Formats: sequence, C-alpha cells, structure tokens
Amino acid sequence: MSFIYRYLSLHYKNLVDALTRITEQPLGNLMTIVVIGIALALPAGLRVMVSNISTMSDSWDAAADFTIYLEMTVDETRANELARNIEQRTDVRRAILIDRAQALVEFQNYSGFGEALETLQVNPLPHALIISPTGGSTSDVSELAMALEGMEETALVQLDTAWVKRLRSILELALRVVDIVTVLLGFGVIIVIGNTIRLEINNRQDEIEVIKLVGGSNGYVRRPFLYSGFWYGFGGGIVAILTIWGVLGLVNSPARALAELYDSSYRLIGLNFMETLMLLGTGGLLGWAGAAIATARHLRDADPE
Amino acid sequence: MIHFENVGKRYASGREALSGVSFNLEKGDMAFITGPSGAGKSTLLKLIALIERPTRGTVLVDNQNTSRIPRRRIPYFRRRIGIIFQDHKLLADRSIFDNVALPLLISSLRHREVSRRVRAALDQVGLLEHEKFSPLSLSTGEQQRVGIARAIASRPALVIADEPTGNLDPDLSLEIMRLFERFNQVGVTLLIATHDIELIDKFNCRRLRLDQGRVVEMPKSNGL
Ligand SMILES: Nc1ncnc2c1ncn2[C@@H]1O[C@H](COP(=O)(O)OP(=O)(O)O)[C@@H](O)[C@H]1O
Ligand SMILES: [Mg+2]
Repeated sequence: MSFIYRYLSLHYKNLVDALTRITEQPLGNLMTIVVIGIALALPAGLRVMVSNISTMSDSWDAAADFTIYLEMTVDETRANELARNIEQRTDVRRAILIDRAQALVEFQNYSGFGEALETLQVNPLPHALIISPTGGSTSDVSELAMALEGMEETALVQLDTAWVKRLRSILELALRVVDIVTVLLGFGVIIVIGNTIRLEINNRQDEIEVIKLVGGSNGYVRRPFLYSGFWYGFGGGIVAILTIWGVLGLVNSPARALAELYDSSYRLIGLNFMETLMLLGTGGLLGWAGAAIATARHLRDADPE
Repeated sequence: MIHFENVGKRYASGREALSGVSFNLEKGDMAFITGPSGAGKSTLLKLIALIERPTRGTVLVDNQNTSRIPRRRIPYFRRRIGIIFQDHKLLADRSIFDNVALPLLISSLRHREVSRRVRAALDQVGLLEHEKFSPLSLSTGEQQRVGIARAIASRPALVIADEPTGNLDPDLSLEIMRLFERFNQVGVTLLIATHDIELIDKFNCRRLRLDQGRVVEMPKSNGL
C-alpha cells in the first residue's frame, strides 16, 4: 500500500514539477504551446467544418425541388390543373407553374441570349412545374419522381440532386485529405515537442549527470521530461479547443444568416464532450511521444558499456 | 570490500590510465590513493562506481563482480556507494536540503524518513541551520561538506571521495579528513583519492600510491 502511495506521489510530484518548470518561462513556452495548439486546431477545425457541411447536406437532398417540363402540346389551363392536382399530394408541399411566356421573358433577361431569342418566331419553351416535396427520406422523394414521370403530360423530370451527390464525394475526398493533414501535423507536433524537450535536456545536462551519479535510473531521469512533453501537448490541446470555439463564434452569425436564407434553422456544431477530451488526450499523448523520442535519443547515458 | 585484480583501463583515446592494478581493501578500512595529477586516481574510483568499465582484470565491490552488473542495474548498484566529487556536483537551483535529499528521493524513501536522514547528515557536517539556502550562498569548504552530507545521507557502507580537499586550504582540508575519520569510526569503509601527501601524513591509514599505472603500497605513517 504505502509503496503504491509513494510511487503515485512521486509521479504526482513529477507532474506538478514539470508544470511549474513550464510556467517559470512563460513567454517562450507559451509560444511553443501556441504553435502546437495551431497544429492541433487545424485538422480538428477542418474536421468540424467538413462534418458541419455534411450534416447540412443531409437535409438538402430530400428538400431539393423537381422541375417538370411538360409536353409542348399541354396548354396553360391544363398545366394549371396539373399544378393544383399535384399540390394535393401529401408528399408535395407546393407546386408552382412557370408559364412558358413568363419563362421566355426571364430567359431573355438572364440568359444573355436575349437578342437571339427575339429573332425566333415561336416560343421554344414548354410550361414547367416546380414541385417542392414535403421532404422525408430519399426513397420517398424518388417515389414521387417516378409518379411524376409517369404522367402522360410529362416530357422531362429533373431532380436537382446531382450537385448534392457531387458535394458528398467532394466531402469524402476532403475527409481523406483531412486525415492526411492530421497525420502530418501529428508528426509536426511530435517534432516540435521533441525539439523543445531536446533543448530542455541540453539545459539540464548537469542535473542529469548528478542524478545519474547518485543512482538515478534512466526512468527516473526521463520521467520529468515525459511529463513536460505531456504538458506541452495538453496545453496545445487547450489552445486548439479555444481556437476552434473562437473561430466558430466568429462565423456563427453569418452562418445562421445564410441558413435562414435557405429556410433552415441549422446551427453550427462545435466540438462535443468526447471530441474535446480526445483533442486534449491526443495533445497529451503526442507530447508524451515526442518527449519519449527525444529522451531516448538524447539521454544516452554516460554509463559504460 | 574492494578488490582489484590485475585491472587495466585504456581509454578510447588510447591512453592507458591503469595497467595491472591489484589491491584489496577490507570492510571498515580507510585508505588513501595518492599520486600526481594524471596518475589514474580518478579512473580507479570511476571503476568502483561503474562510471567506467575496466578493459581488463576484475573489480569486486562488496564481493560482487562489477563486470557482471548490467547497465540497467548500475543505478541500483550506485545507490549503495557514497560518492564525493572534487567539484561537489551540487545543483545550484535546489536548496541544500533538496541536494542532500536527492539520492534518498531516488531510492523512494518515505518523506518523513528523508527529512530525518537529511537533517542527520547535515548535522554531522555542521550545516543543519543552512538547509534552506542555495549551495551558491556557501563557501567552497561548506559546499564540499554538503556534497559529503549527500554521500552519507543514504548511510552507505562504502564511501569513495575524489580529491575532496582539492580546492580547500590546509585547515579546512584537515577538518574534512577528520570528518571522514569519524565516519570510519562508525564502520564506514572509505577510499579517498588525494595528491596532498602532507595532509595524509597526519593520518594513520593505508596509502596506495599510483605509479606508472600500478598501485604501490606505501608504509603507514604514524599519524602525527
Ligand atoms: N575520459 C577519458 N578519456 C581519455 N583519457 C582520459 C579520460 N579520463 C582520464 N584520462 C586520462 O587518463 C589518465 C589518468 O587520469 P585520471 O584518472 O583523471 O588521473 P588523476 O585523477 O590521478 O589525475 C590521464 O592521462 C588522463 O588524461
Ligand atoms: Mg583526478
């Protein structure tokens, strides 16, 4: 019992001592910690961004509107009737008729082909219906599409989800890139901390020598440096968390304004509790690893072979 | 306690510091190693503390063949020996108390026991009231005494000292040697390297002179 107690209290003392040593040179060490924090915040922040976009895009696909181009033979009365009928469906929120004359005017105004179109004798555009589904699952929506396609007046149904699919694959790719960035910056953190610990070892060469001469094992010599490394990484984790929340705070209100434009009440998602813990843990672990490498390389004992 | 048999030490530089050293030091003995600078005194002590390894021959410490001690066991082996250095090797950024406590903390003694032993050791070298100060606030002689306190705090059966009086004036040197003599009287085995012949003439102890890399046993002085 008392042995375990002494062992734990020794570790606790090392942990506190290492923290005290870091706070003794606040400026230089703070810079190191900020650098580590940025290196951790970058992949974590990218991940937060990608996950926000992909959560948002989940609702886009079901909410995408259809455009139904009717046969040229369908007249305005029939088109109006169709619109009203379709709007009766439970899976349709709204059906709007785009009158072919109105469509032509808009097309002339916005397409840049205005003058060319004026020379045409006839209006080449059909009537079109814009259908907003009530939403629901993707299969509900494709069922609706089938039904609309089956109408004899329908010339073409266009469901504009291709861009959502494209966005999805871009996000997939982005996640892979974030993975790579994470690994690279993880190495970066290890190197930065390893180098910091190397300098610490150099500065404390005398102390190390004395400790070894009076019987300190390699583990005893190494332990304070491992704890230093841990604190650098952990401190970096805290900086990263603050950075991510800070950035989210800055972009939150423009993001909400954007969401409102799209009739959405979407709120940005930050880091949840687990992710916060993981970021701190990863920081601490990388710090420990960097210190372990540095001590393994630079504490090569003065002991004889 | 210490047994050297035909021990040679050649450094990587090619310099042969010891060539065929043989001697025996009984438990409870106190002996001096003398010889001019460069004779190999420090090297001999380093072989005992496993700071260096011999290139040939056998070194036994407390009946243990040091060549059989693997590198990772060296720290535990060293904890049984008190080592005193000419340049004290104190840590300037720790208090005198913490310096003396260092080997005890390394051996993970309980805190109360650490305090007790540190105070006892500081008391023996007459520096008890300085425990909170930095070693830098002390004179060289006092610093050396802190180094001695650190070496004896863990109550080792063997103490080795490398020129412990090298930087001290004759009075202080004598005082330090008297201190060692007192340790010896309570059973500690001591091996002390020094080039100060005049000083050791005042003690009735064995004298081993290093000459040409070999040990020559000198007659005991009568301890004037
Ligand atoms: N680490 C070393 N590498 C090479 N040569 C050394 C080393 N240490 C000591 N020597 C040489 O070994 C000889 C004995 O040195 P040392 O044991 O320090 O003698 P002393 O302590 O009697 O002055 C000297 O010639 C010294 O230059
Ligand atoms: Mg010497």
